[in-house]
Amino acid sequence: MKNAYFCIPFQGISFMKILVCISVVPDTTTKITFTDNNTKFNTSGVQFIINPYDELALTKALDIAEPAGGTVTVIHVGGAESEPSIRKALSMGATDAIRINADATDAYFVASQIAAVAKTHAYDMILTGRESIDYNGAAVCSLLGEMLQIPSINVITKLDLDGNNVIVEHDIDGGREVLNTTLPFVGSAQKDLCEPRIPNMRGIMAARTKPLQVLEPAAAVSSGNYANFELPAAKSGVKLIDAENAGDLIQMLRNEAKVI
Amino acid sequence: MSIIVFAEIADQQFKKATLEAVTYAKMLAQKTNSSVVAVAIGNVSDAGLLGQYGANEVVTVAAADSFNAEVYSDILAQVAKDKAATVLVISNSYAGKSISGRVAVKLRASLATNVVDVPDTSAGFKVKRGVFSGKAFGWVNLDAAIKVLAITPNSFEPQNTGGTATVTAYSGSIAQAQTSVVSVNKVSGKIPLTEAEIVVSGGRGMKGPENWGMIEELANVLGGATACSKPVSDMNWRPHSEHVGQTGITIKPNLYIAVGISGAIQHLAGVSSSKVIVAINKDPEAPFFKAADYGIVGDAFEILPKIIAAAKAAKA
Ligand SMILES: Cc1cc2nc3c(=O)[nH]c(=O)nc-3n(C[C@H](O)[C@H](O)[C@H](O)COP(=O)(O)OP(=O)(O)OC[C@H]3O[C@@H](n4cnc5c(N)ncnc54)[C@H](O)[C@@H]3O)c2cc1C
Repeated sequence: MKNAYFCIPFQGISFMKILVCISVVPDTTTKITFTDNNTKFNTSGVQFIINPYDELALTKALDIAEPAGGTVTVIHVGGAESEPSIRKALSMGATDAIRINADATDAYFVASQIAAVAKTHAYDMILTGRESIDYNGAAVCSLLGEMLQIPSINVITKLDLDGNNVIVEHDIDGGREVLNTTLPFVGSAQKDLCEPRIPNMRGIMAARTKPLQVLEPAAAVSSGNYANFELPAAKSGVKLIDAENAGDLIQMLRNEAKVI
Repeated sequence: MSIIVFAEIADQQFKKATLEAVTYAKMLAQKTNSSVVAVAIGNVSDAGLLGQYGANEVVTVAAADSFNAEVYSDILAQVAKDKAATVLVISNSYAGKSISGRVAVKLRASLATNVVDVPDTSAGFKVKRGVFSGKAFGWVNLDAAIKVLAITPNSFEPQNTGGTATVTAYSGSIAQAQTSVVSVNKVSGKIPLTEAEIVVSGGRGMKGPENWGMIEELANVLGGATACSKPVSDMNWRPHSEHVGQTGITIKPNLYIAVGISGAIQHLAGVSSSKVIVAINKDPEAPFFKAADYGIVGDAFEILPKIIAAAKAAKA
Protein backbone atom coordinates (compact mmCIF):
# COMPACT_ATOMS: atom_id res chain seq x y z
CA MET A 1 0.00 0.00 0.00
CA LYS A 2 1.20 3.45 -0.87
CA ASN A 3 1.35 5.72 2.11
CA ALA A 4 -1.71 7.88 2.49
CA TYR A 5 0.45 10.83 3.51
CA PHE A 6 1.64 11.22 -0.05
CA CYS A 7 -0.46 12.91 -2.66
CA ILE A 8 -0.16 11.51 -6.13
CA PRO A 9 0.40 14.33 -8.62
CA PHE A 10 -2.11 14.74 -11.43
CA GLN A 11 -1.22 12.87 -14.54
CA GLY A 12 0.40 15.21 -17.03
CA ILE A 13 0.58 18.20 -14.68
CA SER A 14 3.78 17.41 -12.91
CA PHE A 15 4.27 19.84 -10.11
CA MET A 16 7.03 17.87 -8.50
CA LYS A 17 7.86 18.18 -4.83
CA ILE A 18 11.20 16.58 -4.14
CA LEU A 19 13.06 16.13 -0.86
CA VAL A 20 16.83 15.64 -0.94
CA CYS A 21 18.71 14.39 2.13
CA ILE A 22 22.07 16.04 2.68
CA SER A 23 24.84 14.80 4.89
CA VAL A 24 27.85 16.94 5.77
CA VAL A 25 31.16 15.05 5.83
CA PRO A 26 34.90 15.66 6.18
CA ASP A 27 36.56 16.70 2.93
CA THR A 28 37.97 13.65 1.11
CA THR A 29 41.59 14.72 1.73
CA THR A 30 41.08 14.60 5.51
CA LYS A 31 43.52 12.56 7.50
CA ILE A 32 41.32 10.76 9.99
CA THR A 33 42.32 10.94 13.67
CA PHE A 34 40.48 10.53 16.96
CA THR A 35 40.56 12.23 20.35
CA ASP A 36 39.42 11.49 23.91
CA ASN A 37 41.09 8.10 24.04
CA ASN A 38 39.91 7.21 20.54
CA THR A 39 36.26 7.75 21.35
CA LYS A 40 35.63 10.88 19.25
CA PHE A 41 36.43 11.91 15.68
CA ASN A 42 38.91 14.78 15.78
CA THR A 43 37.25 17.61 13.87
CA SER A 44 39.99 20.13 14.56
CA GLY A 45 41.24 21.62 11.30
CA VAL A 46 38.82 19.50 9.28
CA GLN A 47 37.05 21.07 6.32
CA PHE A 48 33.45 19.89 5.93
CA ILE A 49 31.66 19.48 2.62
CA ILE A 50 28.33 18.22 1.30
CA ASN A 51 28.63 14.45 0.89
CA PRO A 52 29.66 14.04 -2.79
CA TYR A 53 26.85 11.57 -3.58
CA ASP A 54 24.28 13.92 -2.07
CA GLU A 55 25.36 16.60 -4.54
CA LEU A 56 24.44 14.18 -7.31
CA ALA A 57 21.04 13.51 -5.72
CA LEU A 58 20.45 17.26 -5.45
CA THR A 59 21.57 17.97 -9.01
CA LYS A 60 19.25 15.28 -10.37
CA ALA A 61 16.35 16.56 -8.29
CA LEU A 62 16.91 20.08 -9.65
CA ASP A 63 17.13 18.79 -13.22
CA ILE A 64 13.75 17.10 -12.77
CA ALA A 65 11.96 19.82 -10.80
CA GLU A 66 13.10 23.01 -12.53
CA PRO A 67 11.61 22.49 -16.02
CA ALA A 68 8.32 21.42 -14.43
CA GLY A 69 8.13 24.33 -11.99
CA GLY A 70 8.54 21.99 -9.07
CA THR A 71 10.31 22.48 -5.76
CA VAL A 72 13.35 20.86 -4.18
CA THR A 73 13.71 20.93 -0.41
CA VAL A 74 16.99 19.87 1.17
CA ILE A 75 16.92 18.35 4.62
CA HIS A 76 19.84 17.87 6.98
CA VAL A 77 20.10 16.41 10.46
CA GLY A 78 22.89 18.20 12.29
CA GLY A 79 24.01 21.22 14.23
CA ALA A 80 24.28 24.88 13.21
CA GLU A 81 27.89 24.29 12.09
CA SER A 82 26.44 22.59 8.99
CA GLU A 83 24.68 25.73 7.76
CA PRO A 84 27.41 26.77 5.27
CA SER A 85 26.93 23.41 3.53
CA ILE A 86 23.15 23.85 3.57
CA ARG A 87 23.59 27.32 2.04
CA LYS A 88 25.73 25.73 -0.65
CA ALA A 89 22.87 23.35 -1.46
CA LEU A 90 20.56 26.36 -1.71
CA SER A 91 23.05 28.12 -3.99
CA MET A 92 23.06 25.06 -6.26
CA GLY A 93 19.35 25.75 -6.73
CA ALA A 94 17.34 24.12 -3.94
CA THR A 95 14.12 26.00 -3.14
CA ASP A 96 14.34 25.82 0.63
CA ALA A 97 16.00 23.89 3.44
CA ILE A 98 15.16 22.18 6.69
CA ARG A 99 17.73 21.54 9.40
CA ILE A 100 16.80 19.19 12.18
CA ASN A 101 18.74 20.37 15.15
CA ALA A 102 20.23 17.15 16.50
CA ASP A 103 23.42 15.12 16.37
CA ALA A 104 23.23 12.66 13.48
CA THR A 105 24.13 9.72 15.70
CA ASP A 106 23.43 7.02 13.13
CA ALA A 107 21.50 6.17 9.99
CA TYR A 108 18.48 4.89 11.90
CA PHE A 109 18.13 8.10 13.88
CA VAL A 110 18.64 10.28 10.80
CA ALA A 111 16.10 8.33 8.76
CA SER A 112 13.58 8.53 11.63
CA GLN A 113 13.92 12.34 11.70
CA ILE A 114 13.54 12.67 7.94
CA ALA A 115 10.58 10.28 7.91
CA ALA A 116 8.85 12.35 10.59
CA VAL A 117 9.09 15.44 8.35
CA ALA A 118 8.18 13.55 5.16
CA LYS A 119 5.01 12.22 6.78
CA THR A 120 3.59 15.73 7.08
CA HIS A 121 4.58 16.88 3.58
CA ALA A 122 3.48 15.32 0.30
CA TYR A 123 6.81 14.69 -1.39
CA ASP A 124 6.63 12.90 -4.72
CA MET A 125 10.18 11.72 -4.51
CA ILE A 126 12.96 11.56 -1.93
CA LEU A 127 16.59 11.27 -3.00
CA THR A 128 19.67 10.51 -0.91
CA GLY A 129 23.29 9.81 -1.78
CA ARG A 130 24.44 6.22 -2.21
CA GLU A 131 26.23 6.43 1.10
CA SER A 132 27.70 9.02 3.35
CA ILE A 133 31.48 8.91 3.06
CA ASP A 134 32.00 9.39 6.80
CA TYR A 135 30.14 6.55 8.47
CA ASN A 136 29.38 4.63 5.27
CA GLY A 137 26.02 3.36 6.44
CA ALA A 138 24.44 3.26 2.96
CA ALA A 139 21.20 2.72 4.86
CA VAL A 140 19.09 5.89 4.90
CA CYS A 141 17.41 5.16 1.56
CA SER A 142 16.10 1.72 2.48
CA LEU A 143 15.28 2.78 6.05
CA LEU A 144 13.16 5.65 4.69
CA GLY A 145 11.46 3.34 2.20
CA GLU A 146 10.26 1.09 4.98
CA MET A 147 9.42 3.87 7.43
CA LEU A 148 7.27 5.58 4.78
CA GLN A 149 6.02 2.35 3.18
CA ILE A 150 7.19 3.29 -0.31
CA PRO A 151 9.60 1.57 -2.72
CA SER A 152 13.31 2.21 -2.17
CA ILE A 153 15.84 1.83 -4.97
CA ASN A 154 19.54 2.02 -4.19
CA VAL A 155 22.55 3.11 -6.30
CA ILE A 156 20.64 4.76 -9.15
CA THR A 157 22.62 5.56 -12.30
CA LYS A 158 19.69 6.80 -14.46
CA LEU A 159 16.32 8.22 -13.53
CA ASP A 160 13.49 9.13 -15.90
CA LEU A 161 9.92 10.12 -15.16
CA ASP A 162 6.86 9.76 -17.31
CA GLY A 163 3.94 11.14 -15.33
CA ASN A 164 3.79 8.98 -12.23
CA ASN A 165 5.83 6.29 -13.82
CA VAL A 166 9.48 6.02 -12.83
CA ILE A 167 12.11 4.24 -14.90
CA VAL A 168 15.32 3.69 -13.02
CA GLU A 169 18.61 2.09 -13.93
CA HIS A 170 20.71 1.02 -10.97
CA ASP A 171 23.73 -1.06 -10.00
CA ILE A 172 23.20 -4.62 -8.87
CA ASP A 173 25.84 -7.14 -7.81
CA GLY A 174 27.74 -7.96 -10.99
CA GLY A 175 25.78 -5.73 -13.36
CA ARG A 176 23.00 -3.23 -13.88
CA GLU A 177 19.24 -3.48 -13.95
CA VAL A 178 16.35 -1.33 -15.16
CA LEU A 179 13.35 -1.07 -12.85
CA ASN A 180 9.91 0.35 -13.17
CA THR A 181 7.99 1.85 -10.26
CA THR A 182 5.57 4.67 -9.49
CA LEU A 183 5.74 7.83 -7.43
CA PRO A 184 6.24 8.32 -4.59
CA PHE A 185 9.50 6.51 -4.07
CA VAL A 186 12.91 6.98 -2.45
CA GLY A 187 16.18 6.47 -4.31
CA SER A 188 19.91 6.80 -3.68
CA ALA A 189 22.28 8.43 -6.16
CA GLN A 190 25.30 6.63 -7.63
CA LYS A 191 28.10 8.29 -9.56
CA ASP A 192 26.91 7.94 -13.17
CA LEU A 193 23.57 9.63 -12.39
CA CYS A 194 24.81 13.11 -13.35
CA GLU A 195 27.64 15.61 -12.92
CA PRO A 196 27.32 17.69 -9.75
CA ARG A 197 26.19 21.29 -10.28
CA ILE A 198 28.56 24.07 -9.42
CA PRO A 199 26.81 27.08 -7.90
CA ASN A 200 27.02 30.30 -9.91
CA MET A 201 27.14 33.86 -8.58
CA ARG A 202 23.39 34.36 -8.97
CA GLY A 203 22.75 31.14 -7.08
CA ILE A 204 25.07 32.17 -4.27
CA MET A 205 23.36 35.57 -3.94
CA ALA A 206 19.89 34.02 -4.03
CA ALA A 207 20.82 31.41 -1.42
CA ARG A 208 21.38 34.06 1.25
CA THR A 209 17.70 34.83 1.53
CA LYS A 210 16.18 31.44 0.82
CA PRO A 211 14.22 29.92 3.73
CA LEU A 212 16.15 27.66 6.10
CA GLN A 213 13.84 26.25 8.70
CA VAL A 214 15.27 24.80 11.92
CA LEU A 215 13.18 22.08 13.56
CA GLU A 216 13.71 20.35 16.87
CA PRO A 217 14.09 16.56 16.55
CA ALA A 218 11.21 14.13 16.89
CA ALA A 219 11.49 11.42 19.54
CA ALA A 220 13.48 8.62 17.93
CA VAL A 221 15.96 5.92 18.74
CA SER A 222 19.33 5.22 17.19
CA SER A 223 20.81 1.78 16.64
CA GLY A 224 23.49 2.37 19.21
CA ASN A 225 26.55 4.47 19.82
CA TYR A 226 30.25 4.28 19.10
CA ALA A 227 32.31 2.95 21.97
CA ASN A 228 35.65 3.65 20.32
CA PHE A 229 37.52 3.92 17.04
CA GLU A 230 40.74 2.51 15.70
CA LEU A 231 43.00 3.12 12.73
CA PRO A 232 44.06 0.30 10.39
CA ALA A 233 47.34 -1.38 11.36
CA ALA A 234 50.24 0.39 9.68
CA LYS A 235 52.15 -1.48 6.98
CA SER A 236 55.53 -2.72 8.17
CA GLY A 237 57.31 -1.26 5.15
CA VAL A 238 57.48 -1.99 1.48
CA LYS A 239 59.67 -4.76 0.08
CA LEU A 240 61.15 -3.56 -3.18
CA ILE A 241 61.69 -5.91 -6.10
CA ASP A 242 64.11 -4.98 -8.86
CA ALA A 243 62.26 -4.14 -12.10
CA GLU A 244 64.57 -6.43 -14.06
CA ASN A 245 63.41 -9.37 -11.96
CA ALA A 246 59.77 -8.29 -11.73
CA GLY A 247 58.67 -11.89 -12.34
CA ASP A 248 60.00 -12.81 -8.87
CA LEU A 249 56.89 -11.11 -7.49
CA ILE A 250 54.82 -14.18 -8.35
CA GLN A 251 56.99 -16.53 -6.23
CA MET A 252 56.89 -14.08 -3.32
CA LEU A 253 53.13 -13.75 -3.50
CA ARG A 254 52.84 -17.50 -3.59
CA ASN A 255 55.46 -18.67 -1.06
CA GLU A 256 55.86 -15.70 1.25
CA ALA A 257 52.59 -13.77 1.27
CA LYS A 258 50.58 -16.89 0.37
CA VAL A 259 47.87 -14.96 -1.46
CA ILE A 260 47.97 -16.73 -4.82
CA MET B 1 16.70 -18.45 19.61
CA SER B 2 18.12 -18.26 16.15
CA ILE B 3 20.40 -16.38 13.84
CA ILE B 4 18.98 -15.76 10.38
CA VAL B 5 21.19 -15.57 7.30
CA PHE B 6 20.06 -14.04 4.00
CA ALA B 7 21.47 -16.60 1.53
CA GLU B 8 22.23 -14.81 -1.72
CA ILE B 9 22.11 -16.83 -4.90
CA ALA B 10 23.65 -16.17 -8.32
CA ASP B 11 23.14 -18.54 -11.25
CA GLN B 12 21.40 -21.05 -8.94
CA GLN B 13 24.49 -21.30 -6.69
CA PHE B 14 25.06 -19.76 -3.30
CA LYS B 15 27.47 -16.87 -3.58
CA LYS B 16 30.78 -16.97 -1.74
CA ALA B 17 29.50 -14.05 0.33
CA THR B 18 26.69 -16.34 1.50
CA LEU B 19 29.14 -18.98 2.68
CA GLU B 20 30.97 -16.22 4.55
CA ALA B 21 27.72 -15.03 6.12
CA VAL B 22 26.81 -18.57 7.24
CA THR B 23 30.30 -19.08 8.69
CA TYR B 24 29.93 -15.78 10.54
CA ALA B 25 26.49 -16.76 11.85
CA LYS B 26 27.89 -20.09 13.04
CA MET B 27 30.70 -18.38 14.99
CA LEU B 28 28.10 -16.17 16.64
CA ALA B 29 25.66 -19.03 17.23
CA GLN B 30 28.30 -20.88 19.22
CA LYS B 31 28.78 -17.87 21.47
CA THR B 32 25.06 -17.37 22.03
CA ASN B 33 23.81 -20.95 21.89
CA SER B 34 21.50 -20.33 18.94
CA SER B 35 20.68 -22.22 15.78
CA VAL B 36 21.51 -20.92 12.32
CA VAL B 37 18.63 -20.61 9.85
CA ALA B 38 19.47 -19.60 6.28
CA VAL B 39 16.76 -18.17 4.02
CA ALA B 40 17.27 -18.95 0.31
CA ILE B 41 14.91 -17.06 -1.98
CA GLY B 42 14.68 -18.27 -5.57
CA ASN B 43 16.09 -21.27 -7.39
CA VAL B 44 19.16 -22.91 -5.94
CA SER B 45 20.61 -26.23 -7.02
CA ASP B 46 21.75 -27.55 -3.62
CA ALA B 47 20.07 -25.81 -0.68
CA GLY B 48 21.50 -28.30 1.82
CA LEU B 49 25.06 -27.22 1.02
CA LEU B 50 24.84 -24.48 3.66
CA GLY B 51 24.77 -27.21 6.33
CA GLN B 52 28.45 -27.79 5.64
CA TYR B 53 29.17 -24.19 6.64
CA GLY B 54 27.13 -24.29 9.83
CA ALA B 55 23.46 -23.79 8.95
CA ASN B 56 21.05 -25.97 10.95
CA GLU B 57 18.14 -25.24 8.68
CA VAL B 58 17.69 -23.82 5.21
CA VAL B 59 14.30 -22.30 4.45
CA THR B 60 13.72 -22.26 0.70
CA VAL B 61 11.31 -19.74 -0.76
CA ALA B 62 9.77 -20.34 -4.15
CA ALA B 63 9.57 -16.67 -5.09
CA ALA B 64 10.58 -14.92 -8.25
CA ASP B 65 14.32 -15.13 -8.83
CA SER B 66 14.55 -11.44 -9.50
CA PHE B 67 15.56 -9.61 -6.37
CA ASN B 68 13.08 -7.13 -4.92
CA ALA B 69 13.92 -5.18 -1.78
CA GLU B 70 10.34 -4.94 -0.46
CA VAL B 71 9.44 -8.57 -1.13
CA TYR B 72 12.71 -10.06 0.10
CA SER B 73 12.86 -7.95 3.27
CA ASP B 74 9.28 -8.94 4.08
CA ILE B 75 10.10 -12.65 3.76
CA LEU B 76 13.20 -12.29 5.94
CA ALA B 77 11.25 -10.44 8.62
CA GLN B 78 8.55 -13.13 8.65
CA VAL B 79 11.10 -15.92 9.08
CA ALA B 80 12.93 -13.91 11.73
CA LYS B 81 9.72 -13.56 13.75
CA ASP B 82 8.79 -17.18 13.23
CA LYS B 83 12.21 -18.40 14.43
CA ALA B 84 12.58 -15.90 17.29
CA ALA B 85 15.70 -14.46 15.70
CA THR B 86 18.05 -12.31 17.73
CA VAL B 87 20.50 -11.57 14.91
CA LEU B 88 20.17 -11.37 11.11
CA VAL B 89 23.31 -11.70 9.05
CA ILE B 90 23.21 -10.17 5.57
CA SER B 91 26.05 -9.60 3.13
CA ASN B 92 26.96 -5.92 2.61
CA SER B 93 26.39 -6.35 -1.14
CA TYR B 94 24.13 -4.06 -3.19
CA ALA B 95 21.27 -6.50 -2.63
CA GLY B 96 22.09 -6.88 1.06
CA LYS B 97 22.29 -3.13 1.62
CA SER B 98 18.95 -2.58 -0.06
CA ILE B 99 17.13 -4.93 2.32
CA SER B 100 19.01 -4.54 5.60
CA GLY B 101 17.44 -1.16 6.38
CA ARG B 102 13.95 -2.33 5.52
CA VAL B 103 14.28 -5.47 7.64
CA ALA B 104 15.65 -3.46 10.56
CA VAL B 105 12.61 -1.16 10.54
CA LYS B 106 10.17 -4.09 10.30
CA LEU B 107 11.77 -5.79 13.31
CA ARG B 108 12.57 -2.57 15.23
CA ALA B 109 16.11 -3.88 15.22
CA SER B 110 19.47 -2.15 15.60
CA LEU B 111 21.25 -1.92 12.27
CA ALA B 112 24.98 -2.06 11.53
CA THR B 113 26.24 -2.16 7.95
CA ASN B 114 29.82 -2.58 6.73
CA VAL B 115 30.64 -4.96 9.59
CA VAL B 116 34.15 -6.45 9.44
CA ASP B 117 34.52 -8.65 12.52
CA VAL B 118 32.62 -10.99 14.85
CA PRO B 119 30.79 -9.09 17.60
CA ASP B 120 32.25 -8.62 21.03
CA THR B 121 29.54 -10.09 23.29
CA SER B 122 31.52 -9.94 26.53
CA ALA B 123 29.37 -7.02 27.74
CA GLY B 124 26.40 -6.22 25.55
CA PHE B 125 26.78 -6.53 21.79
CA LYS B 126 29.51 -4.53 20.10
CA VAL B 127 30.41 -4.76 16.40
CA LYS B 128 33.36 -3.46 14.43
CA ARG B 129 32.51 -1.61 11.24
CA GLY B 130 34.49 0.19 8.57
CA VAL B 131 34.13 3.99 8.70
CA PHE B 132 35.55 6.92 6.73
CA SER B 133 35.67 4.70 3.64
CA GLY B 134 38.34 2.38 4.96
CA LYS B 135 40.40 5.05 6.72
CA ALA B 136 39.30 3.78 10.16
CA PHE B 137 37.13 1.35 12.11
CA GLY B 138 34.54 1.99 14.77
CA TRP B 139 33.16 -0.27 17.49
CA VAL B 140 29.47 0.38 17.94
CA ASN B 141 27.25 -0.88 20.76
CA LEU B 142 23.94 -2.13 19.41
CA ASP B 143 21.07 -1.58 21.80
CA ALA B 144 17.93 -3.28 20.48
CA ALA B 145 16.99 -6.88 21.26
CA ILE B 146 17.30 -7.81 17.58
CA LYS B 147 20.35 -6.86 15.50
CA VAL B 148 20.67 -6.67 11.73
CA LEU B 149 24.29 -6.96 10.60
CA ALA B 150 25.44 -6.40 7.03
CA ILE B 151 28.92 -7.90 6.77
CA THR B 152 31.58 -6.80 4.31
CA PRO B 153 32.50 -9.43 1.71
CA ASN B 154 35.99 -11.01 2.14
CA SER B 155 36.03 -10.33 5.88
CA PHE B 156 35.63 -13.99 6.84
CA GLU B 157 37.00 -17.15 5.35
CA PRO B 158 34.15 -19.62 4.67
CA GLN B 159 34.70 -22.74 6.80
CA ASN B 160 33.40 -26.08 5.65
CA THR B 161 32.94 -28.09 8.83
CA GLY B 162 30.95 -30.84 7.17
CA GLY B 163 27.62 -30.44 9.00
CA THR B 164 24.17 -31.01 7.58
CA ALA B 165 21.06 -28.86 7.47
CA THR B 166 17.39 -29.69 7.19
CA VAL B 167 15.75 -28.07 4.20
CA THR B 168 12.22 -26.77 4.72
CA ALA B 169 9.84 -24.85 2.49
CA TYR B 170 8.77 -21.35 3.45
CA SER B 171 5.13 -21.20 4.51
CA GLY B 172 4.67 -17.46 5.04
CA SER B 173 3.13 -14.95 2.66
CA ILE B 174 4.82 -13.24 -0.26
CA ALA B 175 4.18 -9.51 -0.62
CA GLN B 176 3.10 -7.84 -3.82
CA ALA B 177 6.03 -5.98 -5.41
CA GLN B 178 5.56 -2.30 -6.23
CA THR B 179 8.65 -2.35 -8.40
CA SER B 180 9.08 -4.49 -11.48
CA VAL B 181 12.19 -5.44 -13.43
CA VAL B 182 12.31 -4.15 -16.99
CA SER B 183 15.69 -5.62 -17.94
CA VAL B 184 18.84 -7.02 -16.38
CA ASN B 185 22.33 -6.67 -17.74
CA LYS B 186 24.71 -8.96 -15.87
CA VAL B 187 28.29 -9.44 -16.86
CA SER B 188 28.29 -13.20 -16.65
CA GLY B 189 31.37 -15.24 -15.85
CA LYS B 190 33.01 -12.22 -14.22
CA ILE B 191 33.73 -12.03 -10.49
CA PRO B 192 32.01 -9.02 -8.92
CA LEU B 193 34.71 -6.61 -7.79
CA THR B 194 33.58 -6.51 -4.15
CA GLU B 195 33.83 -10.29 -3.88
CA ALA B 196 37.09 -10.79 -5.77
CA GLU B 197 40.01 -12.16 -3.76
CA ILE B 198 42.53 -10.81 -6.22
CA VAL B 199 42.22 -7.41 -7.90
CA VAL B 200 44.50 -5.93 -10.56
CA SER B 201 43.97 -2.19 -10.89
CA GLY B 202 45.23 0.42 -13.34
CA GLY B 203 45.62 4.18 -13.03
CA ARG B 204 46.39 7.10 -15.27
CA GLY B 205 49.92 5.72 -15.66
CA MET B 206 48.45 3.11 -18.02
CA LYS B 207 48.21 5.96 -20.55
CA GLY B 208 45.02 4.88 -22.33
CA PRO B 209 42.22 2.30 -22.57
CA GLU B 210 44.03 0.50 -25.37
CA ASN B 211 46.64 -0.67 -22.83
CA TRP B 212 44.18 -2.44 -20.55
CA GLY B 213 44.83 -5.78 -22.24
CA MET B 214 47.79 -6.31 -19.87
CA ILE B 215 45.74 -5.49 -16.78
CA GLU B 216 43.02 -7.89 -17.90
CA GLU B 217 45.49 -10.60 -18.81
CA LEU B 218 47.18 -10.49 -15.42
CA ALA B 219 43.78 -10.54 -13.70
CA ASN B 220 42.73 -13.52 -15.79
CA VAL B 221 45.87 -15.53 -15.12
CA LEU B 222 45.55 -14.88 -11.38
CA GLY B 223 41.78 -15.51 -11.39
CA GLY B 224 41.00 -11.98 -10.24
CA ALA B 225 38.94 -8.95 -11.19
CA THR B 226 40.01 -5.61 -12.66
CA ALA B 227 39.63 -2.17 -11.09
CA CYS B 228 40.79 1.38 -11.77
CA SER B 229 41.39 4.79 -10.22
CA LYS B 230 38.85 7.63 -10.43
CA PRO B 231 40.40 9.63 -13.28
CA VAL B 232 40.47 6.46 -15.36
CA SER B 233 36.71 6.02 -15.03
CA ASP B 234 36.12 9.79 -15.33
CA MET B 235 37.87 9.71 -18.71
CA ASN B 236 35.75 6.70 -19.66
CA TRP B 237 38.77 4.49 -20.17
CA ARG B 238 36.99 2.02 -17.89
CA PRO B 239 33.40 1.69 -16.61
CA HIS B 240 32.48 3.44 -13.37
CA SER B 241 31.69 0.08 -11.79
CA GLU B 242 35.48 -0.51 -11.63
CA HIS B 243 36.29 2.76 -9.85
CA VAL B 244 37.65 2.06 -6.37
CA GLY B 245 38.32 4.58 -3.62
CA GLN B 246 36.53 6.92 -1.31
CA THR B 247 33.99 7.95 -3.93
CA GLY B 248 33.95 4.58 -5.65
CA ILE B 249 33.83 1.06 -4.31
CA THR B 250 35.62 -0.02 -1.15
CA ILE B 251 37.22 -3.41 -1.59
CA LYS B 252 38.97 -5.88 0.65
CA PRO B 253 40.72 -8.49 -1.49
CA ASN B 254 43.57 -10.72 -0.36
CA LEU B 255 45.76 -9.21 -3.06
CA TYR B 256 45.57 -5.76 -4.66
CA ILE B 257 47.99 -4.94 -7.46
CA ALA B 258 48.08 -1.23 -8.32
CA VAL B 259 49.69 -0.36 -11.64
CA GLY B 260 50.41 3.27 -12.53
CA ILE B 261 48.35 4.60 -9.64
CA SER B 262 49.91 7.35 -7.52
CA GLY B 263 48.22 6.38 -4.23
CA ALA B 264 46.20 9.51 -3.42
CA ILE B 265 44.50 9.48 -0.03
CA GLN B 266 41.05 9.09 -1.66
CA HIS B 267 42.22 6.09 -3.62
CA LEU B 268 43.92 4.43 -0.64
CA ALA B 269 40.76 4.85 1.43
CA GLY B 270 39.01 2.31 -0.78
CA VAL B 271 41.75 -0.31 -0.96
CA SER B 272 43.86 -0.09 2.19
CA SER B 273 42.01 -2.97 3.88
CA SER B 274 43.44 -5.34 1.26
CA LYS B 275 45.57 -8.02 2.90
CA VAL B 276 48.56 -7.65 0.57
CA ILE B 277 49.21 -4.65 -1.66
CA VAL B 278 51.62 -4.49 -4.60
CA ALA B 279 52.47 -1.11 -6.13
CA ILE B 280 54.03 -0.75 -9.56
CA ASN B 281 55.04 2.80 -10.39
CA LYS B 282 57.85 4.53 -12.29
CA ASP B 283 58.08 7.22 -9.63
CA PRO B 284 60.00 5.98 -6.56
CA GLU B 285 58.37 8.78 -4.55
CA ALA B 286 54.81 7.69 -5.38
CA PRO B 287 52.78 7.65 -2.12
CA PHE B 288 51.48 4.18 -2.92
CA PHE B 289 54.84 2.66 -1.90
CA LYS B 290 54.15 3.78 1.69
CA ALA B 291 50.92 1.77 1.73
CA ALA B 292 52.27 -1.27 -0.11
CA ASP B 293 53.77 -4.58 0.98
CA TYR B 294 55.64 -5.13 -2.28
CA GLY B 295 56.83 -2.47 -4.67
CA ILE B 296 58.40 -2.41 -8.11
CA VAL B 297 59.83 0.88 -9.34
CA GLY B 298 59.85 1.11 -13.11
CA ASP B 299 57.89 1.28 -16.32
CA ALA B 300 54.65 -0.71 -16.10
CA PHE B 301 54.84 -1.54 -19.80
CA GLU B 302 58.09 -3.41 -19.23
CA ILE B 303 57.20 -4.86 -15.83
CA LEU B 304 53.73 -6.24 -16.53
CA PRO B 305 54.80 -8.64 -19.33
CA LYS B 306 57.41 -10.13 -16.96
CA ILE B 307 54.88 -10.67 -14.20
CA ILE B 308 52.32 -12.13 -16.61
CA ALA B 309 54.92 -14.55 -17.97
CA ALA B 310 55.95 -15.60 -14.46
CA ALA B 311 52.32 -16.08 -13.42
CA LYS B 312 51.65 -18.23 -16.47
CA ALA B 313 54.78 -20.27 -15.82
CA ALA B 314 53.80 -20.78 -12.18
CA LYS B 315 50.38 -21.98 -13.23
CA ALA B 316 51.67 -24.35 -15.92
C1 LIG C 1 36.38 14.60 -3.84
C2 LIG C 1 37.40 13.66 -4.42
C3 LIG C 1 37.14 12.30 -4.40
C4 LIG C 1 38.05 11.40 -4.97
N1 LIG C 1 37.77 10.06 -4.94
C5 LIG C 1 38.64 9.20 -5.51
C6 LIG C 1 38.39 7.80 -5.52
O1 LIG C 1 37.37 7.33 -5.02
N2 LIG C 1 39.26 6.98 -6.12
C7 LIG C 1 40.41 7.44 -6.72
O2 LIG C 1 41.16 6.63 -7.28
N3 LIG C 1 40.67 8.75 -6.72
C8 LIG C 1 39.82 9.64 -6.15
N4 LIG C 1 40.10 10.97 -6.20
C9 LIG C 1 41.22 11.43 -7.02
C10 LIG C 1 42.56 11.31 -6.34
O3 LIG C 1 42.78 12.47 -5.57
C11 LIG C 1 43.67 11.17 -7.39
O4 LIG C 1 43.61 12.29 -8.25
C12 LIG C 1 43.55 9.91 -8.24
O5 LIG C 1 43.44 8.76 -7.42
C13 LIG C 1 44.78 9.78 -9.11
O6 LIG C 1 44.61 8.71 -10.01
P1 LIG C 1 45.88 7.99 -10.63
O7 LIG C 1 46.74 7.53 -9.54
O8 LIG C 1 45.36 6.97 -11.58
O9 LIG C 1 46.53 9.14 -11.51
P2 LIG C 1 47.82 10.06 -11.24
O10 LIG C 1 47.76 10.73 -9.94
O11 LIG C 1 47.99 10.86 -12.45
O12 LIG C 1 48.99 9.02 -11.13
C14 LIG C 1 49.47 8.25 -12.19
C15 LIG C 1 50.63 7.47 -11.64
O13 LIG C 1 51.12 6.62 -12.67
C16 LIG C 1 52.54 6.63 -12.63
N5 LIG C 1 53.00 6.29 -13.97
C17 LIG C 1 52.94 7.04 -15.10
N6 LIG C 1 53.44 6.37 -16.15
C18 LIG C 1 53.83 5.15 -15.68
C19 LIG C 1 54.43 4.01 -16.28
N7 LIG C 1 54.71 3.96 -17.58
N8 LIG C 1 54.70 2.96 -15.49
C20 LIG C 1 54.43 2.98 -14.16
N9 LIG C 1 53.87 4.03 -13.56
C21 LIG C 1 53.57 5.11 -14.30
C22 LIG C 1 52.92 8.02 -12.18
O14 LIG C 1 54.18 8.01 -11.56
C23 LIG C 1 51.79 8.33 -11.19
O15 LIG C 1 52.15 7.96 -9.87
C24 LIG C 1 39.23 11.88 -5.59
C25 LIG C 1 39.49 13.26 -5.58
C26 LIG C 1 38.61 14.14 -5.00
C27 LIG C 1 38.94 15.60 -5.00
